[in-house]
Amino acid sequence: MSASTEPGAAANGGPGHPKRPVTGPRAHPTRFRRALTRARTWFPGLLMVSPSILLIGVFVYGMIGWNTHLALSDKHAPIQDGSFVGLTNFVQLWQEARWPAAVSNAVVFTVVFVGGALFLGWLLGLLLDKGIRGEAVFRTLFLAPMAVSFIATGVVWRWLMNPAPAERATGLNALFVHLNLDFLVNDWWTAPDFGMAAMALPAVWQLAGYVMALFLAGFRGVPEELREAARVDGCSEWGVYWRVVMPQLRPVVLSAVIILGHMSLKVFDLIIAVAGQQIVADVPAVYMWAMVFEVRDPAKGATIASYLLFAVAVFVIPYLVWTVRKERSEGR
Amino acid sequence: MTQSAPERVVAPGGGASGTTRRGQAVKFTVLFVLAALFLLPMYVLAVTGFKPFDEATAAQAWLLPRNWSLEGWSTAWSSLAPGLWNSVLMAVPSAVISAVLGSMNGYVLARWRFPGADTVFTLFLFGMFIPYQAVMIPLQQMLVSAGLMGGLFPLILAHTVYGIPICTLIFRNYYASIPGSLIEAARVDGAGLLRTYAHVVLPVSAPAFAVTLIWQFTSAWNDFLFAVFLTGPNSWPVTVQLNNVAGSMVVPYNQQMAAAVLASLPTLLIYLVLGRYFMRGLMAGALKG
Repeated sequence: MSASTEPGAAANGGPGHPKRPVTGPRAHPTRFRRALTRARTWFPGLLMVSPSILLIGVFVYGMIGWNTHLALSDKHAPIQDGSFVGLTNFVQLWQEARWPAAVSNAVVFTVVFVGGALFLGWLLGLLLDKGIRGEAVFRTLFLAPMAVSFIATGVVWRWLMNPAPAERATGLNALFVHLNLDFLVNDWWTAPDFGMAAMALPAVWQLAGYVMALFLAGFRGVPEELREAARVDGCSEWGVYWRVVMPQLRPVVLSAVIILGHMSLKVFDLIIAVAGQQIVADVPAVYMWAMVFEVRDPAKGATIASYLLFAVAVFVIPYLVWTVRKERSEGR
Repeated sequence: MTQSAPERVVAPGGGASGTTRRGQAVKFTVLFVLAALFLLPMYVLAVTGFKPFDEATAAQAWLLPRNWSLEGWSTAWSSLAPGLWNSVLMAVPSAVISAVLGSMNGYVLARWRFPGADTVFTLFLFGMFIPYQAVMIPLQQMLVSAGLMGGLFPLILAHTVYGIPICTLIFRNYYASIPGSLIEAARVDGAGLLRTYAHVVLPVSAPAFAVTLIWQFTSAWNDFLFAVFLTGPNSWPVTVQLNNVAGSMVVPYNQQMAAAVLASLPTLLIYLVLGRYFMRGLMAGALKG
């Protein structure tokens, strides 16, 4: 892991709050004057960031505010004005059939995707750790899907996961039949209950390499002395791995879960590319899209968007606060 | 994570220098099997595009083409070309603008901090994780009422603004890693914020620019969500056009696969040629990577 991507080092050696040596005259500067001198140092900095503060302020926080406002209104058609109705929309959503189904699809997808990518990525990292021959080639291959859009991934996987039965099997099902593995032939994402588990396969394919890269960086960040000390204490290689290396990797696992989790809850492209708008693979993001473009109900679309934001914020905010604080408290 | 799987791949009792010979063999076997699985979709992509129309059936998915043909590629090219061009026109400017803004922010947040800088940084970072759905309806409404809908401007705006957080993060970490003495020396010499930035910081920023430009270009190129919400048929980028090509049942598979390859080639090439920088951008997204 190169230093350039280590936020922990951020404040390290930096001037922090710039302490300009108060060169001021002996005449005791008043508090105000001292503050002014200091402000003269940091103010240009603030000025330099202000365009971005303005943009983020308007386009992130302003828009979230506006969206929340919409979600709390009864503007159910673009031409209506809409008045405040409190949480009505948020409650009503749960009373229909489509929303709970979409939520449960997203949950199944998330569990399989995050679990699958974590496990596969960890396994790949483990296999490639300790410099195996051809490591670079393997690494490049496993990471390559990351460079491709979910739409392109979806195009191939829709073909691979063609649900045609064994007699006229296609895609992966045809491969299974070829290999006499007929029992593996299945309905893929069109299966009513756990179709979303199949839908998560392309996502696992696409992001396992990313998790692998995170783990590889993590493995290599564990000092050799630590491993050596444990070996001297009579730990087997396996023991060293579980008791010394893994505990050091908790932040890696946490990062991976956050990144994959937030991608997963809002999954949209992949679903559209594989299933279009078929209801069996419905998820909140697709539902919201339909509300905006087909039903044209801004309030309902905004309500779904608010739920998505909420689901992500619940775990991302503590994570961010914790990261930035930890960085500070490490005094670096 | 079960314990049994790794036990098979890490030979027990391996010396400090690594695993035993048998362990190596097992490791390689597992790696090759996984590599083959990863290659399956790539094989389909690469091969199907070369099949003539009558061979491009799902039933013959796994066979090599009997007659190699370029017909799939040429049709895919003609239907995707406008989208490819739109993607270039929107991904390049948004990558450049957000990289420049990110560089300015990163410099200040790492080296020229102001009161509340941490709070600003945290608020920026949150912008990296929001589901864009949560801003989409207002964004669309605003652009419509400002008369800015149409053309590529909405997409450029969106990718620029929502790219600021990650660019800021990458640059902040990068600038924190360059020796503080350089900047301090300039400060002692009386150079102000802008002079230090222009003469000391910018000249050493090339690697971070490479990382952010590649990252931003790739994410703008691969984006679909902003594209469907904010552009119309004349300005659809390549992802939307690919989805249209592939989503219609009448388009033969050889064209679909060729189109998917064409749409992915630019970012794949960047990844293969500049993988090192691509990786760093990837890691930056994990904050603590």
